[in-house]
This record gives sequence, structure tokens and C-alpha cells, in this order.
Amino acid sequence: MSAVSAREPFQSFLDEHRSAVLAFLRAMVGPDDADDCFQETFMAALRKYDSLDGANPRAWVMTIARNKAIDHHRARARRPLPKAELPEAVAPAPPERNPELWEAVAELPEKQRAAVTLRFAADLRFREVAVAMETTEEAARRNVHEGLRKLRGHFPSEEVRS
Amino acid sequence: MSPRDEIERLLAAEARAGLDEAASEAASRFAERAAAEGAAEVAYAILDTPVGATSIAATPRGLISVGLPNRSLDDFLTELATRISPRIVEAPGKLDEARRELDEYFHGAREAFDLPLDWRLVPGGFYRKVLRATSHLPYGATLSYGDIAERAGNRRAHRAAGTALGANPIPIVVPCHRIVRSAGSPGNYGGGPELKRWLLTLEGALPAEGNGEDAPVSG
Repeated sequence: MSAVSAREPFQSFLDEHRSAVLAFLRAMVGPDDADDCFQETFMAALRKYDSLDGANPRAWVMTIARNKAIDHHRARARRPLPKAELPEAVAPAPPERNPELWEAVAELPEKQRAAVTLRFAADLRFREVAVAMETTEEAARRNVHEGLRKLRGHFPSEEVRS
Repeated sequence: MSPRDEIERLLAAEARAGLDEAASEAASRFAERAAAEGAAEVAYAILDTPVGATSIAATPRGLISVGLPNRSLDDFLTELATRISPRIVEAPGKLDEARRELDEYFHGAREAFDLPLDWRLVPGGFYRKVLRATSHLPYGATLSYGDIAERAGNRRAHRAAGTALGANPIPIVVPCHRIVRSAGSPGNYGGGPELKRWLLTLEGALPAEGNGEDAPVSG
């Protein structure tokens, strides 16, 4: 049973991408549910770690994270019951410095929200955003551009500066 | 600053608030769960000991590797990733028992280990016979390289026995430090000859002080 490859230990992969994945998920599903999605994202990544071969690791893990976020929203829409608490501790308090911004982000259509968040919260390049969203670079740019345009509408420059 | 730059900067700053700490905690919880569920095939931890930071790793079969302080964590993990599985996570909880027993040993409060071992990093045949025979040596006892070769079935193979011991992936727990060249001249050790002296002194197999000149280090 030796599916031996010279790939780096999973822990290194986890350490390298954990912050970006959590930043992305916080913006996609909100801070309260981000931790559950984070756990599911890395469990799925661990299970199919072999298929990372040759892919851009950051874009690869973000594809999984985005799918988990979409699953999460679907499950919520289907079953609006209060979710059973996991035995693990919940994520620490979310950043509340600018709740209006997150509300505005949450109101964006999913593709724009994902694209804007991948680009600016998770710090991916447009090319990586495209891979993570399984779309073209042009479509990724368009989604980021559209998302930002809507956010700017919510935030005239004076308000943003405060 | 233009509003265009400002909204981008704000998004980035908001996303990063308290992020690294929260991500580190979430990653630790993930690692422990992955190890507990067996999704990760190797769990490791770093143990503080009186002789320095020691890495230990286990699979569901048992303890598979001990990295003495002179070995880098990178080297330790790379061997496991290449030879066992890259599905490795840092999960100290999975290694509670091993950490406790090693801690007791290093503080003179334990003479024998009661841990299942995973021998997969040891080649089969004579090497494995040598290390299995070594694993039965009692605390504080020493044997020569010829003696251990004989116990493994071939007295004349003392050089091969030395090579097997030098490649021991589970030092301390498989006590290869108890195989010595001669009294007062313990010989070489993967963790360094000074550590070998330290361990034999801890076990009372060497006097605490004034134990003669250092032997020249050789295989």
C-alpha cells in the first residue's frame, strides 16, 4: 500500500493555505459557518490529495472551498432548521469592524462574491481565480469588476475612509 | 487614494482581521480530527526534551519514527512523506501516550516503553532482526555489536548490525544506544556520540562523570 509520491507533507499544504481559505469562507458563508466549511474543505483536500499533482495548489484548494460554500448555501436553503452544534469549539469572533461591508459582499451574486473574495480577501491572481472558479480568466475579471462596481455603489469614498 | 483602491484595501484589511490566529486554531482542530479518523495516515508531534526538540510520528499501526534533535523536521517529514504517505498532519493529541512515556523516560521516571511499533521504515531480513533483538534489551544493559549480530542470527555480521542500528528509525524506544563498542567507548550514534553518552549515563550504564576519554567516532 504505497501510493508513494515525492509530494510535500499535507501539514505544509495546510499551513500554507489555511489563512486564505478561512478568509475566503468567512466572506462566502459568514464567520459563524466558515469554520465548518473550513473543516470540510481540508478533509476533502486530504482525501483527494493525490489529484493535486500538477495543479496550482492555491487555486486547487479554493475550488474545493468554493464548492463547500455552495453546498453549504444549498443545504441551508433546503433545511432551515438550526444546525446541530459540532463538538469542536466555534471559530473566534469575526471581524466586526465594518459589518456593512460584509453585508454588501453577502448581497453580491455568488459568482461575483466568490471572484471578489478570491481576488482581494484570499489574494489570488486573476488566473488563479479563474482556475478556482472553473471559468476563463476573462470571466473571472468581469466578475471581479462587476462585484467591485456594486460595492463602490454602497460605499462612496468618504464613507469608506471613516 | 482613489475610492477604487480604497474598497480593495478595505476588503483585504477586513478579511485579515484576526485571521491568522483563527486559521491556526481551525487548522489544529482539523489536524487532530484527520488523525483521529484515520484520514491522515501519519500524525506527528514535537516533544521538548532535556536534550532538545525531538520529533515523533505514528501511524494507526504504532510509533514509526523518532527524530532526535540533530535531525531537521523537514528531513524527518520528507522521509515519512516519501516512504509512507504524504497525508501527514501535526496532531499531538494522537501521540499523547508516546509523548508521556518519552517524557517520563527522559526524566528518569520510566525504564521500558509500552507502545505499539510500526516497523515499515526498517528493511526486512537481517536489519529487522537486529532492531527487533535490540528492542528487547533491558534498561541500563549494554551489548557489543558482535553480541547483537549473534542474537540476530549471525555473529560475524557485526558491521551489518552497525549499519542496521545506524539506520534505526525509532531510536530511544528501540534502544540502539545500548549497543556499544566497549565499556567507556560507546561509539557512534545517529543522534551524535554525546547524546549516546547522555542516554547511557541516564540509564546508569556509564558513570555520571569521569568516564574516560572520548572514543574516536567511527562507524
